[in-house]
Amino acid sequence: MSSILIAIVLLATLAIIFGAILGFAAVRFKVEGNPIVDQIDHLLPQTQCGQCSYPGCKPYAEAIANGEKINKCPPGGESTIIALADLLGVEPEPLDAEHGAEKDGPMVAFIREDECIGCTKCIQACPIDAIMGAAKQMHTVIIDECTGCDLCVEPCPVDCIDMVPIATTLQNWHWDKPDNLIATTAKPEKSLEQNHEQGVH
Amino acid sequence: MTDYLLILVSTILVNNFVLVQFLGLCPFMGVSNKLETAIGMSAATTFVLTLASVCSYLVYTYLLIPLELEYLRTISFIMVIAVVVGFTEMAIRKTSPLLYRVLGIFLPLITTNCAVLGVALLNIKRDNSFVESILYGFGAAIGFSLVMVLFAAMRERIAVADVPKPFQGSAIAMITAGLMSLAFLGFTGLVSI
Repeated sequence: MSSILIAIVLLATLAIIFGAILGFAAVRFKVEGNPIVDQIDHLLPQTQCGQCSYPGCKPYAEAIANGEKINKCPPGGESTIIALADLLGVEPEPLDAEHGAEKDGPMVAFIREDECIGCTKCIQACPIDAIMGAAKQMHTVIIDECTGCDLCVEPCPVDCIDMVPIATTLQNWHWDKPDNLIATTAKPEKSLEQNHEQGVH
Repeated sequence: MTDYLLILVSTILVNNFVLVQFLGLCPFMGVSNKLETAIGMSAATTFVLTLASVCSYLVYTYLLIPLELEYLRTISFIMVIAVVVGFTEMAIRKTSPLLYRVLGIFLPLITTNCAVLGVALLNIKRDNSFVESILYGFGAAIGFSLVMVLFAAMRERIAVADVPKPFQGSAIAMITAGLMSLAFLGFTGLVSI
């Protein structure tokens, strides 16, 4: 009889000790935020344009971490989708046309200044404060800050904002970054290869 | 020293846990589709197996034997393994998000890996000392990893090979595993402990 009791007590004690260890670990090793969200956020272009229907890049990164599709970022385009697919281990998909098309090159907003009535609506729309101006005063875009997200075009009551491509001049031309080369040329081949293998399998 | 070396050779090659003793077959078949995941699983198993064989040795020697409760070894070892796995998962998640991404999904799977419990029980059966238990667990894990990586590499090749229709998929994998097992049986007699 007593040996059974000892056995029960021992198992209960072991269970309590182990439970305490796990409980302590759960508190001690609590993870602040989700590290994967930061990695996804790092890959997104940080235009904060909201074309993905989320208020910014970070909320979209959180949504992706929770299973949202990765093809809703037009500013990032194909290279971002491939990078995300690589990170998350999913198949890359073509850009969702519902959220806009990928532009050929970098664009900036340009305000035709003699038509501007100074309504400040574009200033409120700009997610990164790249438009300067005051009420009833002419507005203008800080080209270096503008991410080309299109958000100021829609609210303008007199349609005086154009999206213009940044012309490549001798001053701003540079070699393609090696990262971009890998993202746009090397990785699609890899994904094709994977598709091929799975198809045969 | 020679004894320790013999234990390693014995567990890795001669008495390989997967192909000779047929333990841990579920991850062997289940996670060997891709070399990458196989390596992740191997690394996670190596870690847990070594740690679990140490912990279960300690529990057995310092709790169960003094209290004469040797018959409780299976249930207490399962508890020990579950705690080691759970604790490891939380610790890795906090300290190294990168490692957690590689090993994360495999860690809970290891709880149900029979090789882990098998090593703990065989340690008792073979009357291993503390150091021998560590080596036995580590060797078993290395043997598991070796076989996993080899098998995954073969399956990746087979996936693109022209396999006759009746043998496609799991069937050819089973046949491959059987042939590998035969090959590993060839190590029998290499060393005798």
